[in-house]
Amino acid sequence: MLDLRDVTKSFGGNRVLDGISLTVERGEMVCLIGASGSGKSTLLRCINLLEPIDDGAVFLDGQDISEPGLNPDPVRRRIGMVFQSYNLFPHMTAEENVMLAPRRVHGKSREALRPKVTELFTRFGLADRMQHFPDQLSGGQQQRVAIVRALAMRPEIMLFDEITSALDPELVGEVLDVLRQLRSEGMTMVLATHEMKFAAELADKICFLDAGRIAEQGPPSEIFKAPKKDRTRAFLARIL
Amino acid sequence: MTLQEKTDGAAAAAAPPRRTRRQAYETRVRRRSNTVAAVSTALVVLAIVTLVPMAPGWEAVKKSFFNAEVFAQTFPRLVQAFLWDIAIFAWSVPLITVIALAIALARDTRNPALFPLRLFGILYTDIFRGIPVILVVYLIGFGIPGLGLPRPWNSPYIWGTVALVLTYSAYVAEIFRSGIESIHDSQRAAASSLGLSQSDTMRFVVLPQAIRRVVPANMNMLIALQKDVALLSFIGPVEVLRQAGVFKSLLANFTPYVGAALIFLSVTIPATRYADYLIARQRRERS
Ligand SMILES: Nc1ncnc2c1ncn2[C@@H]1O[C@H](COP(=O)(O)OP(=O)(O)O)[C@@H](O)[C@H]1O
Ligand SMILES: [Mg+2]
Repeated sequence: MLDLRDVTKSFGGNRVLDGISLTVERGEMVCLIGASGSGKSTLLRCINLLEPIDDGAVFLDGQDISEPGLNPDPVRRRIGMVFQSYNLFPHMTAEENVMLAPRRVHGKSREALRPKVTELFTRFGLADRMQHFPDQLSGGQQQRVAIVRALAMRPEIMLFDEITSALDPELVGEVLDVLRQLRSEGMTMVLATHEMKFAAELADKICFLDAGRIAEQGPPSEIFKAPKKDRTRAFLARIL
Repeated sequence: MTLQEKTDGAAAAAAPPRRTRRQAYETRVRRRSNTVAAVSTALVVLAIVTLVPMAPGWEAVKKSFFNAEVFAQTFPRLVQAFLWDIAIFAWSVPLITVIALAIALARDTRNPALFPLRLFGILYTDIFRGIPVILVVYLIGFGIPGLGLPRPWNSPYIWGTVALVLTYSAYVAEIFRSGIESIHDSQRAAASSLGLSQSDTMRFVVLPQAIRRVVPANMNMLIALQKDVALLSFIGPVEVLRQAGVFKSLLANFTPYVGAALIFLSVTIPATRYADYLIARQRRERS
């Protein structure tokens, strides 16, 4: 469903993505691992068209979404993204955060949205937090609201950029549980993550990024148990 | 702080009666510094009250600036004239808000078709921040009625207001723009990733936060505006400063100016305190 072909991206003279090719099938969960600065965030931002790519192509269901000059808004509606720092809108309640995009983009009224939004909040254990502002919520709750906000647009694919990295350790579990739930519902997902145990348990495919290249990719059993490349082995030895 | 003290602190928070050593110490320090401040203030006031009347010209100054009789005679009319200042201020503020926002947004546009708008925004803020307010008041206040427009379009009230609005819109526009730029890019990224358009992102995500953030700065602009309304006295409107000038000529006494100053202070001091309070609160909220 998502198909990256030889994607390159530079900032100034710094080549951050250097020929990335990757396919993600419908319902798959792909985890991007790699050292800080290896290009994981940039790759996700390029898929969501928050950054234009320099060369190569990104296909979503066969459509070339990396076409320069393409209106990015309709594409972004089909792709949900969740960030490391939550990025909730601080001046809105949790419910308003979630309703803003469906209201403006799909032109639906609050009343029409309420049943489905309430259902989403309930599904992720946030039913009693809908009227709270972000600064009244814990990090884990904020991140779950951010996930609900992305889901409310009914995306076909979700991107997660190290969404547990800013959380206190005891809050990581509740956010990972949300991901497990989404996984079981068949959501297509691409994650940049340092949660290796979680990736090993749930991912269909692991991609090890090293200096803007996919140094190695394969099922978790291969990457974690029997990595072929020295770089992968060195990285895993450092992190595990 | 040791662990023992930490748990002590937690216990104290749960059951307030016993004061901690820290609290007792802080109370002592606060009491001592309050005493010192009170004594030194009293000394300074005493020095002024005894020394100033010893100056050779004090009797003359007292008669022409602090004349109780003149004060009582003119003050009510000054307060009445000040209602004009308030009125001019009151209808300037919404105009300034709208124009300043429009200019700030014009300067922020990235659409090349709207480049002329952006250029206009830049020129506008440069020009009106570059000219002394009094000069704008003169140029517009005398210049435009000089075109011989029919009543009421030759009124100095109208064109004086226009001069103030044009000048202050330039400053307030810059304040709004700094507010817009202070909103972190991650907020825009989050809005974009949801598929919100550029204009919806500005309207629902960036602007509401930006406007809130610059409320204290804009409060200070309002205080300055309230004072600058007095500049219109040079082109005609009989507001408080003009009225004081009339009384001064009539009675050959400067006390009405002191009265006018008191009237301004009665508005600007509370407003300034409030602005400082807002700034302090924002700083606390952000830390
Ligand atoms: N907006 C940007 N401008 C310039 N350099 C950037 C920008 N974003 C990322 N980079 C650089 O790109 C490299 C990859 O960053 P990133 O994708 O954030 O890595 P990761 O998410 O794997 O830690 C880093 O060297 C970073 O400094
Ligand atoms: Mg990153």
